[in-house]
Amino acid sequence: MKRLALAAFAATLAELSGVALTATAVWLVVRAADQPPMAALTVAVVAVRALALSRGALRYAERLAGHDAVLRHLADLRGRVYESLLRQPVQRRGGDLVTRLVSDVDAVQDVVLRCLLPACAAGLVGAVAVLVVPALVLPVLLLGVVLPLAAFSLADSHLRALAPLRSRLAERTVALVHGAAELTAFGVLDDELARSGRVITDIATREHRATTRTGALTAVAVLIQFGTALALLSTGAPAPVVLGAVAVLEVFLPLTTAAQRWAETRGSLTRVRELLTARRPVPALTEDLPPGTRLAVVGPSGAGKTTLLSRFAVPDARGALADAHVFHTTVRANVLLAKPDATQEELDFAAHTTDLDLPWDLVVGEHGTALSGGQRQRLILTRAVLSTPPVLLLDEPVEGLPPTQADQVLHRVLSTAPSTVVLITHRLTPLAHEHFDEILVLDNGVITQRGTHATLVTTPGYYRDRWKDETSKSEYRNSYR
Amino acid sequence: MRDRRYATLLGVFAVATAVLVLAQADLLARVLSGGDGIGPLAAVVVVRAVLVGARRVYAQRTATTVKAELRKQVLADAATRRGDRAGEVSTLVTRGLDAIEPYLAGYLPQLAVAAVVPLAVLLRLAFADLTAAVTILVTLPLVPVFAALVGAHTRDSTERQWAELSAVGGHFLDVVAGLSTLRLFGRASAQAVTVRAMATAHADSTMRTLRVAFLSALVLELVATLSVALVAVPVGLRLLSGGVTLEVALLVLLLAPEAYLPLRAAGAQFHAAAEGLAVLEQVAATAPPPATANRRPPDLSRAEIVLEDVGVRSLRGFSLRIAPGERIALVGPSGAGKTTLLSLLLGEITPTSGRVLVGGVDLREIDRVAWLRRVAWVPQTPTVFEGTVADNIAVGGPGAVAAAHAVGLGALVDARHALSSGERQRVAVARALVRPDARLLLLDEPTARLDSGTEATVLRVTRTLSRGRTTVLVAHRPALLDEVDRVVEVR
Repeated sequence: MKRLALAAFAATLAELSGVALTATAVWLVVRAADQPPMAALTVAVVAVRALALSRGALRYAERLAGHDAVLRHLADLRGRVYESLLRQPVQRRGGDLVTRLVSDVDAVQDVVLRCLLPACAAGLVGAVAVLVVPALVLPVLLLGVVLPLAAFSLADSHLRALAPLRSRLAERTVALVHGAAELTAFGVLDDELARSGRVITDIATREHRATTRTGALTAVAVLIQFGTALALLSTGAPAPVVLGAVAVLEVFLPLTTAAQRWAETRGSLTRVRELLTARRPVPALTEDLPPGTRLAVVGPSGAGKTTLLSRFAVPDARGALADAHVFHTTVRANVLLAKPDATQEELDFAAHTTDLDLPWDLVVGEHGTALSGGQRQRLILTRAVLSTPPVLLLDEPVEGLPPTQADQVLHRVLSTAPSTVVLITHRLTPLAHEHFDEILVLDNGVITQRGTHATLVTTPGYYRDRWKDETSKSEYRNSYR
Repeated sequence: MRDRRYATLLGVFAVATAVLVLAQADLLARVLSGGDGIGPLAAVVVVRAVLVGARRVYAQRTATTVKAELRKQVLADAATRRGDRAGEVSTLVTRGLDAIEPYLAGYLPQLAVAAVVPLAVLLRLAFADLTAAVTILVTLPLVPVFAALVGAHTRDSTERQWAELSAVGGHFLDVVAGLSTLRLFGRASAQAVTVRAMATAHADSTMRTLRVAFLSALVLELVATLSVALVAVPVGLRLLSGGVTLEVALLVLLLAPEAYLPLRAAGAQFHAAAEGLAVLEQVAATAPPPATANRRPPDLSRAEIVLEDVGVRSLRGFSLRIAPGERIALVGPSGAGKTTLLSLLLGEITPTSGRVLVGGVDLREIDRVAWLRRVAWVPQTPTVFEGTVADNIAVGGPGAVAAAHAVGLGALVDARHALSSGERQRVAVARALVRPDARLLLLDEPTARLDSGTEATVLRVTRTLSRGRTTVLVAHRPALLDEVDRVVEVR
């Protein structure tokens, strides 16, 4: 804050030096035309040279102080954002959301340097100028308040109208890139590109329209700046005042652009502020999970099983969740995350439990892209097993493995697991063979049935139907080989 | 074509600006020194305002048009090139391409002005006051020279700085993306310290670089202001001795800053412009030319599909004969190359060794569009596009509503909300269902992540679908294996 005030002060002095340089130089010339004795000009000559030097030096000081303040602030802000993220409940964050959060934080830097500092400096310069030449109050208010406000509201309404189009474009792009192979296979890639093209054209049309308004604002700013000079001239103001006024108003010209910039970054600032002030939520379902409980959750796809699981994410819980992140580093480091001081024996044992057959020093790509789906799944599961947590959460931990292997891995994981376990599964076979205290049947986010496997298979309902399906369909055939 | 027209028009604007700057300075000097001409001066001011506004509108409109064209191009490239990260493409298409606006609509017009106005000012001053003109002529080149000197000195540290910046940004990004994982393993609070430490260290090193980098701005500023002082003081002194008139002295004073102003303005926009230029270069990396294969696909109800000693990705020397109408299940450990095999049959990838033959014709020589018309494919992780469930099924072909009912999505036909993974899978099966002309059916774990109730529906549909069609399906679940004629192991 102190650094920022320093930067604003230096900026103001730099601008004032510039104005004073113009006014003094003009005064010097006009005075010299009267051919006074040389001594009458000495002070002005010295002043012109000093002001010329000080303006550059002050500008340099302002830039350094401003950037210094902003960078320190940014370091602190990143820490605070991260800490407040820690306080939030576990939730899925798409890659785009994460990128946006990071650039939101960076946008704060922009606002301070490009909007806040110039506005402060212009305000102070304007105040001084009005004190010296009271007639300047009108143009200063026009250029410093009215025009920026107009620019802000124009940009704001423009961006509001544009926002849904832009997010539609972003969504379409993601779907297009993900689904390019499918679109090609179905022969509709060109249709889809044309549809996205129409969104792009809509955006361009709106942006086109907005240029007329910003162009008009720029023209009006020039008119006010030199119109003021003309008005002063016609009232017979002395030359230093006229050209000094032009220099003062020059300081205000960037404010119109700054106001537009402010409108552009306002969304970022709001999002960062909301994140920082978010209250710590109360964990919802923790009391439903007494220590030592083994709980299974089943239900049709889309029933809200994963959402339910995330509510069990109490501080002691570890596990293999659907949104588990594979970091851009070695397999070893990714697994060691669970237990940094684990020995090689512990690592090997965990890998044996989950059938993980990857080299420990293999570097996985960004987001684990160098791994196949099944390998990624087992890496995440190995991490969960290694951590031996008080509460183990498993979300379809063996999906993507052949059923025999899947059942074996799940059996080994559960037999080495701690007392409290929550398992989401669509296959009911493991629930018949492994011990679970309670099975929750979920539909549409609501628990429709609960009980043990033995009671549920005898109760009419979703669970019994599915169990009959699964057992009748040669699901028990040992293997396909 | 448009490039040249844009450059020409920017040149015209710059020349008009130069004329107006000179006229305004001349008239202002005359009025200030007691002459008349306030009327013409007002006219010049109005014309100048209109010109500035018009230039801005024109430049921004051009940038908008270019942006729209590049957006379309990036989308088309990404769709044909494949393998790009969707998030990156989406950022480039939205915010990324916005960065070219400061370059096209800000920097380039300013560059044109910087090329024309200082010359015009020098010429005018040469006629009015040679000494002032010479002073400016000598100092003006110092601006780019010093800027280049400081730039060369800071280039290394600036590059290091950028690398570091993206490292800090990348670390923050990875940590935030993996937050729930870190928290799940109790490592999250330890990272908070690292986040702060990295950002603070970054601030320190950035400031070291900036201290030098801002020197170029300081030099620019000093050259400009000092030259004004260098021009103003001698002119004042010559005025004292009656060497020049007040009007000429004022003209010199008014015009001297105008010689430096455009260069400084262009310099100030250089950084934003560099970013835009980088984006333009990134976009210019164009997509590979489309394949020119044009043979008609053989009739799949008679043609045999042969994979001959095929090698690509994890597949090594894999051979397989698929008889017309045969239904085959691929099984094997994860990572063995089952999905790769389907990609080969789709023509998404080509083998690095060996061949894929359809009725004796290399798949690479067959017109891909015509081939794909004969194929129905259910991918492992289907993509849902904008629109209703019915719209999404219609991607495959006509008859979406009936197909939705067939896969048990009848109640969701008009739904637009996010679908669960099981629902997505059923949409993909329905897409295959609406392709009656397809003779080859490729299914990649169509029942993964389905509960057994939904699985039964999908199996029933698959059975109907595969009747009389050549079918290759990737299976983990035994229930699927009942549906096929032959099980092939990929290892």
